[in-house]
Amino acid sequence: MRRFLQSDLFYSFRYSPVAIVSFVIIVFIILTAIFADLIAPNNPFDPASLNLMNGFTPPMQANDFTGETFLMGTDDQGRDLFSTILYGLRISLFVGVMAVMLAMLLGVMLGLVAGFVGGWIDSFIMRFADIQMTFPSILVAMLIYGVAKGILPPEVRYEMSIAVLIMSIGLSEWVPFARTVRGSTLVEKEKEYIIAAKMVGLSRYQIMIRHILPNVLSPVLVIATITFALAIIAEATLSFLGVGVPTTKPSLGTLIRIGQDFLFSGEWWILFFPAVTLLAFALSINLFGDWLRDTLNPKLK
Amino acid sequence: MLIIIFRRLLQAVLVLLFVALISFLIFRFVGNPVESLLGQEATVAQRAALEEALGLNDPIHIQYADFVWRALQFDFGNSYRGALPVAELILLRLPATLELALTSAIFALVFGVIAGIYTAINKGSFLTNFILSSSLIGVSLPTFLIGVLLIWIFSVELNWLPSFGRGEVVSLGWWSTGFLTSSGLKSLILPSITLGLYQMTLIMRLTRSEMLEVLRQDYIRLPRALGLSSRQIYVFHALPNILIPVITITGLQVGSIIAFAIITETVFQWPGVGLLFINAVYFVDIPVMSAYLLLVGFTFVIINLIVDLLYLAIDPRLRDTELRSEV
Repeated sequence: MRRFLQSDLFYSFRYSPVAIVSFVIIVFIILTAIFADLIAPNNPFDPASLNLMNGFTPPMQANDFTGETFLMGTDDQGRDLFSTILYGLRISLFVGVMAVMLAMLLGVMLGLVAGFVGGWIDSFIMRFADIQMTFPSILVAMLIYGVAKGILPPEVRYEMSIAVLIMSIGLSEWVPFARTVRGSTLVEKEKEYIIAAKMVGLSRYQIMIRHILPNVLSPVLVIATITFALAIIAEATLSFLGVGVPTTKPSLGTLIRIGQDFLFSGEWWILFFPAVTLLAFALSINLFGDWLRDTLNPKLK
Repeated sequence: MLIIIFRRLLQAVLVLLFVALISFLIFRFVGNPVESLLGQEATVAQRAALEEALGLNDPIHIQYADFVWRALQFDFGNSYRGALPVAELILLRLPATLELALTSAIFALVFGVIAGIYTAINKGSFLTNFILSSSLIGVSLPTFLIGVLLIWIFSVELNWLPSFGRGEVVSLGWWSTGFLTSSGLKSLILPSITLGLYQMTLIMRLTRSEMLEVLRQDYIRLPRALGLSSRQIYVFHALPNILIPVITITGLQVGSIIAFAIITETVFQWPGVGLLFINAVYFVDIPVMSAYLLLVGFTFVIINLIVDLLYLAIDPRLRDTELRSEV
């Protein structure tokens, strides 16, 4: 801990107001999402707790029929928006984290193999990555989502939505990880300690996992932060387009879509609060990721 | 030079064949080609006959060659919904998407270059700082949120501009255009801003950094010493030197404009190809998805090819290095 407090990273963090503010917002949002059960006044995913009479209650005003008051108002189905945003954030975060893990696992593995083994395996993986990079990742994610739904039998499509969503976002974001790891692997494998390890007679597998992997991981952290922001936005976008999470468990994107439908009839709060939450979150992660990149690796700037 | 062009063409064809392979695998194994051509009301005998006629019992590489051959003739099978030929559906909606993409590309280019030059020349002024910091928010905002917010401000609160559709369109042969009516032009404004905003910030940042670089050069200092006005220097001496990278980037961005059109078209219910695709994903309409993949892949590859070749034509140094790397 003391080593961390004296590190360059922490020094730069202390003197960067942007980094501090965005970090606080990120931590705050993540904590509220994790402890959603404790903070939220009611559980929006439980149909029994919903009262349709509460629908369209404006924020901080008593409902005409039931007399109940809600901090951020309610949506068309009488869901308390504040609670729904908290639970929705939890889904967004879960999808984002899992998708980044998947992309990272796949990208690091493929990049390591491509860089270390070389030859036609390397060319094959990297050409595939090049072609995938030609297409924007959101398009790739939509395509994978559609194909996965086509493969699944219709009965389980609905329940598998979240898993399919994680897979499509994860598979659409692995390329940057693979490229970076491959690059550093190419550098590492020429170094003397690897030659020494080879002479000692370690297997390729051991060298790759035990010796090269730990030394190529540091830029992966930066890419993971940026990818996390992308994944959160991708999830919101897909859910907004109606090809993401199921509507009974709305995430921020779904709520914004519902909000857009009621914009013309004057129920602005259904759109406003989820939009502000998403904006604050996406902006903070982006700013924090930029700061992290500039600090850890100024060359990437 | 000819060798390089030929090699680039070959690469492009290989990439296209690969995209076609994925598209084929989706079409053949995720979807059901027989159903896509006959619809769901066909009899068993009809199905068997069509299976034989389509060559679904042939070896897989022959089926693939056949798929590519049919795709070259714009035959992508029938949509599952409505059983119309996919090519017809796409052709019907293509003008809407192309007009939207073109307008937002022009919007992004014009405003991006102007803002980029302004912020480079007036370093540190209030407006510059304002533009730069708001561009950061613009980059972080998801496209759909920009669209929804624009609708809220300009359609709901101010009631100036329409929030959905293309307005009135005029048909010129098979092409339907919204450029010729006032409601069509009004409908274009919000979607093009939504779609072009990200590209605009990108072009602005690029223009700004190129401009800052160029303004340090001797050929800018000399005319200034000779007494030319600032405006003359910026327009005739600096601008031509930054346009090449800016136009290249804009060209490369056309691909992502087409992809992000899916989102914009959904927000504004714009009757284009993107809306067709997202509905296909929603209803698992495999033939439409596979055809869309081919179409977008084709567009991307062609754009990249043109940009690559333009680069070679503009910058002779690239030709030399390419040839040397070959020897």
